[in-house]
Amino acid sequence: MLELLVVVVALAIVVVLIGSPIYRSLGAGSEGEAEEQPVEVEADPREVERAAEREAKLREIREAELDWRTGKLSEDDWRLLDSRLRAEAAELLKDSAAPAPTKPGG
Amino acid sequence: MAIVGRSLMMIALAVSVWGLVSTIVGIRSGRRELLISGQRSMAVLTGVVLGAFAILEIAFLRDDFSFAVVAGHSSTTTPVGYKAAAAWSSQEGSLLLWVVLLTIWSTIAIAALRKRLKEVLPVATVVLFGLSTFFLLLIVALEDPFVTLAQVPAEGAGLNPLLRHASMMIHPPALYAGYTLFSIPFAFAIGALWTRRLGADWLLATRRFALGAWLALGIGILLGARWSYAELGWGGYWAWDAVENAALLPWLLGTAYLHSATIQEKRGMLKIWNASLVLGAGILSILGTFLVRSGILTSIHAFVEPGAALRWAFVALILVELGASIYLVATRRSDLRSEHRLDSLLSRESFFLGQNLILVALTFVVMWGTFFPLISEAVTGTKSTVGPEWFDRYVGTLALVMGALMGIGPLVAWRRSGLRELLGSLRIPLIVALGTGVILSVAIPPIREDIPSLLLFIAAALTGATVTQEFVRGVRARRAMASESSGRALVQLVRRNRRRYGGYVVHAGFALLLCGVAASSAFQKVTEQPMTPGTTVKQGDYTFTYVKPTAQIFEERVQFGAEVAVTRNGKDQGTINPTKSWYPANLAPTVGDAFSGESETDVGLRAGPLRDLWIAIEPDTSKIVPLAERVDKRFGDLTPEARAVGIGLITAQYLKNPPPATFRIIVSPLVTWIWAGGIVVVIGGLIAIWPPSEPRRRRVSLPAAVGRGQG
Repeated sequence: MLELLVVVVALAIVVVLIGSPIYRSLGAGSEGEAEEQPVEVEADPREVERAAEREAKLREIREAELDWRTGKLSEDDWRLLDSRLRAEAAELLKDSAAPAPTKPGG
Repeated sequence: MAIVGRSLMMIALAVSVWGLVSTIVGIRSGRRELLISGQRSMAVLTGVVLGAFAILEIAFLRDDFSFAVVAGHSSTTTPVGYKAAAAWSSQEGSLLLWVVLLTIWSTIAIAALRKRLKEVLPVATVVLFGLSTFFLLLIVALEDPFVTLAQVPAEGAGLNPLLRHASMMIHPPALYAGYTLFSIPFAFAIGALWTRRLGADWLLATRRFALGAWLALGIGILLGARWSYAELGWGGYWAWDAVENAALLPWLLGTAYLHSATIQEKRGMLKIWNASLVLGAGILSILGTFLVRSGILTSIHAFVEPGAALRWAFVALILVELGASIYLVATRRSDLRSEHRLDSLLSRESFFLGQNLILVALTFVVMWGTFFPLISEAVTGTKSTVGPEWFDRYVGTLALVMGALMGIGPLVAWRRSGLRELLGSLRIPLIVALGTGVILSVAIPPIREDIPSLLLFIAAALTGATVTQEFVRGVRARRAMASESSGRALVQLVRRNRRRYGGYVVHAGFALLLCGVAASSAFQKVTEQPMTPGTTVKQGDYTFTYVKPTAQIFEERVQFGAEVAVTRNGKDQGTINPTKSWYPANLAPTVGDAFSGESETDVGLRAGPLRDLWIAIEPDTSKIVPLAERVDKRFGDLTPEARAVGIGLITAQYLKNPPPATFRIIVSPLVTWIWAGGIVVVIGGLIAIWPPSEPRRRRVSLPAAVGRGQG
């Protein structure tokens, strides 16, 4: 009997936990207005991609400097590479700072 | 509680199916609440399977033999630690452990990447639910750990004696952690391909999971090797066994992926290659689980006898994964085009690529050798194996090239390296490597006859010297930039460049490991011969004397052994005590059973930094067993007390007139370096995986035009 009770309680908890997003949405729908919930700010996928690119580029700049300082690059080669990397980083920053493209006619 | 466990498994299957369906419908309809419910289902699923696993563990710890799986894999006399580990010695428990680990990582991945990979996540969630549903179906339909016995036995069959080793408590969970962790980058790779979000973001976001998988598999492989060395009584640590190889395959591809992923992050190159590697590692992880759990290939790990249904289910899963992966890569190849080309052949990128090719070649060699018995049977009708020599020949050559690349690669800059700078950086490591070769050739003349081993030592020395030089130069650079003490500069250098310096530590560990493998395989001395008390065996500087036999009777086993005195050039080196134990063959043992059940070898091991002294004993019980059987025949059914007296008398007889015992004596150099190297590899992996303690912010000045760019 106790075992049955444990199973029933477990099942009830499971149903409540996985069903709650759906109940909430149904409830919000029937009241005809959005339920008061904290608004979750979701990242724009393109922006996430750009952030990853920026992160990688900044790391590349730091690593190029470390390569130079640990003797893998001559100073001239490093300066040349560094300026190229910074120009690439600048392009990425420009891209991310640019306003999102608007729809035609919008 | 079995009914609760079984009900939880049914609930888990239902939750998994719900998660799968709700996420698919959510993707197709765009209904956010279904996607959220799906994501939440993974956390709920984790709780449910953890509950079921806890019930199983409690049954093992409480000796609840009403559970068939407990009665079949444990006993009241099994030590507590092994009782807990016995759960995953069974087919049923290990499949449940697989699901538990998979759902834990999946829940963490979903929680961590929910916002970062919004588009990719739902498809990845579908893949993860697909895997959990597959394994839960297997458990519910074929391998139910909660089956109960109508007649509850008073005693269980006990744990397989071969599994009674400390590393066996961690080895299987570590391997399973590795296999299941590889499912995360696999699932997100499928998600990225499906949604065509093929930038570096999914790769960066799942990097820690891939590194965790690589690390866990590495730990599992190392512990398996240690178990083999100390428990199986043959004196080696790697037998190219099918199940050992099964773990090595995804590990090799994972190693390749961890290196080549950096190139995609930095340069947007090798996208097809990286997707293929990570998908391959995921599929090979399922293949590894299949090999362990199917018994399809002869293995020392064949502790289970699965049915055909389980085998075909795994084959179907692997084919589905393979087909889906090939389809997605083929149809997305235009999106997977590289954004850049190699700037120079003398660059870190090209060295990584070379290293990747070697690792993939190694994977194919190991795979071919592992599956050769099946291939030969399919083609010729006869099952034949390639043998360790075949593996050693091909793997040895590739490992040598790998060692050389590990020695040179870290000295090459990203994008383009100057030849002059490379030669300058290589000077000291090359001098150290060649010097090591010369010193070894002079100090140990036999090494001149074994060129592959000598070359492995040279490659290891090159790698070690390169890593040391990299640390020294890095610290020097840091001190010049920040005026820090050497100690602080070292800590800061590693903290701020965890991936680079963690990787170097891994390389250093491999250098140690290579030395251990080269020395122990080339210069191991093995003697196997019968000895009676008082006789001696000489092996190089060492003399081994069989002093006297030993015997001990435990509750669950009888143990025979020997006291072996060791001297080196006449100087006393103490004693070594190898033993062999027999575990009763059935639940109501007779006196004869005590000496003829399943056996376990406990090798006598004297491990040292330069060499290991390793002794295994095979006592001759050919006269003992008939004697015990005569006692059984004469006295019929014995009470446990009378049986104990009988065993005691026979044991005393053995000690009084010991027959010759066969000893396998091995003197093996630098085996400890293998374990030490493995530990260093793990430390390096932990450094690389450790999250940065603070956000890495550093001002980087950019061309002024950027600031004006938006004007």
